[in-house]
Amino acid sequence: MGLGDEKGLILISAVVEHKPGVLHRISNMFRRRDFNIESISVGVTEFKDLARMTITVKGDEKIADQVVKQMSKLIDVIHVEALNWGNSVQRELALIKLKAETHEKRSEIMDYTSVFRGRIIDVARESLIVEITGDSEKINAFINLTKQFGIIEVARTGITALARGPSSIGEEVKKNLNER
Amino acid sequence: MGKISGAKALLEALKKEGVSIIFGIPGGAILPIYDELYDFDIRHVLCQHEQSAAHMADGFARACGKPGVCFATSGPGATNLVTGIANAYMDSSPLIAVTGQVPKSMIGKDAFQEVDIIGITTPITKYNFQPRSASEIPEIVKKAFFIASTGRKGPVLIDIPKDVQTEEFEAEFPEKVTIRGYNPYKKPCEKQINIAVKWLASAERPMILAGGGAIYSEASSYILKISEFLLAPVATSLMGKGVFPEDHPLSLGLLGMHGTLAANKLVSEADVLLSVGTRFSDRTTGKVDEFCKEAKVIHIDIDEAEISKNKKVDLAIIADASEALKAIYEKLINYLSKKEETPWFKRVKEFKEIWEGWIFEEESNKELKPIPILKILRKILPIDSILVTEVGQNQMWSALYFKVFKPKTFITSGGLGTMGFGLPASIGAKAAKPDVPVVDVAGDGSFMMTENALSVSVAENLPIIAVIINNKVLGMVAQWQRLFYGKRYSAVKLDRVDFVKLAEAYGAHGVRVQDLNEFSNALKECLKLDVASVIDVPISPEENVLPMVPPGSSLEKIMGVEKWDWVMKKG
Repeated sequence: MGLGDEKGLILISAVVEHKPGVLHRISNMFRRRDFNIESISVGVTEFKDLARMTITVKGDEKIADQVVKQMSKLIDVIHVEALNWGNSVQRELALIKLKAETHEKRSEIMDYTSVFRGRIIDVARESLIVEITGDSEKINAFINLTKQFGIIEVARTGITALARGPSSIGEEVKKNLNER
Repeated sequence: MGKISGAKALLEALKKEGVSIIFGIPGGAILPIYDELYDFDIRHVLCQHEQSAAHMADGFARACGKPGVCFATSGPGATNLVTGIANAYMDSSPLIAVTGQVPKSMIGKDAFQEVDIIGITTPITKYNFQPRSASEIPEIVKKAFFIASTGRKGPVLIDIPKDVQTEEFEAEFPEKVTIRGYNPYKKPCEKQINIAVKWLASAERPMILAGGGAIYSEASSYILKISEFLLAPVATSLMGKGVFPEDHPLSLGLLGMHGTLAANKLVSEADVLLSVGTRFSDRTTGKVDEFCKEAKVIHIDIDEAEISKNKKVDLAIIADASEALKAIYEKLINYLSKKEETPWFKRVKEFKEIWEGWIFEEESNKELKPIPILKILRKILPIDSILVTEVGQNQMWSALYFKVFKPKTFITSGGLGTMGFGLPASIGAKAAKPDVPVVDVAGDGSFMMTENALSVSVAENLPIIAVIINNKVLGMVAQWQRLFYGKRYSAVKLDRVDFVKLAEAYGAHGVRVQDLNEFSNALKECLKLDVASVIDVPISPEENVLPMVPPGSSLEKIMGVEKWDWVMKKG
């Protein structure tokens, strides 16, 4: 199995300085080098002052190679690697606000939600908000299924991912930090 | 050391880095720094335009290897630096640019002379900083110099808000800094060195291609040793010119669009190419898919991102060029004995003879033409002299026909191709090497872009000689129009300035010459002067830089060598 998924999406995982301006530098490099970001998610890590970025990019292995090298070159990037799609887990979170004007529709939505192992996190007289996690395909499937009710709004986080097994980027980060 | 202002801390920190000269222009947002500078023992060169200030700092860095420093105020001062910073970035030149910024409370409010210079320069700097408190300044300066002058070198910008310049703090200056995401020291991997040695040892037609990285890493001596040991000819990129003595029997000169016949022809015949500190730019490789197709390509570079970015290579050695070449050489000499006279070397000699016989044949004519002009320059200038070029035909004539024997004595804008680079860069180079002659080979179009730097040369007593090869057109554009656009000369004609009067207006010495003898005499005369001088050398607007490989073509499709067709076919 290749690096990317079947649609040619590459998964980049990076640990970066957690300070103002870093996202700008990284996204600027992508624009400058003509790489196209499909999704990006950023959050804090187990390390103080370091954030993890998960970026998906359309492209082949050559592009993956250049993305990793160009990112490594950025001074605020501590460690970066391309994750193997098959050998990592990917998750996305979506919040979906649906029209639910009648009792029937409401209970139908709740049924679908429980099949998809989602949760209803807000209930109003005419709408619901569903929280659903999973790979992007699962979320797409849920959205397709619930379109019929009327989607008011969707917010998705973009993919975040970790390599399977006991190895971790954290180890690489520690190694990098110790070598200095 | 007690409480000091951010401005004073900046200057102290610069001094600690060994900075002795700064090129710049003051303005409102950087005034606290200039006020401190009044009492400081650092030379300041007042420029006429910030672009020139950046080019001067860049030229200074290229001539001596230490980072050059330039100052500008916020807003337009900062944006005027942008071309100079981008130029340094493309050619990996260590540059420290310090800009003033509006006070913190006004950042983001579109205040007078505010511009987001951090945002603007992110893609053209190796890194940039904006201290939010004076206490950050000492460490930032240390980091800036560390980043600019290690690994793949490059420009770093420090943008200091005005209130941070005036803020007082208890200053401490770090001796050393580390940056956790930045480790520029890369040792060559032994396994890869061994493979390189094996390939080179068994090569029948080895060739070396050296670029600017080889100069920055001071790899000259090992290139010479390996070349002589293997009888491997050496071609250089434009940025690599000078890393190998061009009067050496194994020197092929420049490779690429305006490369020599010998370099361009022989690179296609090589079976192993050892490329050192070059990024395989389109101007060097021609059509990259057809570049060096037959050869195994070894690529030594300190910047991993250059590996297979443009050209897919067979073996990558990510390391300092000097260290990698040293390792290769030491293994090579244990592996086989020095080569004496190979068929490949005979072929190199043959090609060089043809090329040099054609190019450097004696001119009986006294007419002013590019090749004899460059030949006279070489004959008269001492070998330590620094030749700086503008951009365009003048640059390519210099690269092709002016032989350089030492690193850092040929300075040119390679990557960005910045017209207007030469004059200010030559002034910067003169500041770095006051005891050697510095000559700017200029075209009239390029010269006019920053000609006001001449006043800086005069006022600041940094005398250079500008040789304007004056064809009264934008020469390289006219050449392309002549060769590729059916002689439709759209917007290229210039004949607007009397350069002798212009020189005199700036207080420089100006002279116009009519033939080669006069040129020769004028040059000798100018070398004796201690003021800037301009030699206006009129040539025909019809002159082309030849040979030439048309843009996007394979290097074997050389134009302008028709009379050597038989050699090309002999193969």
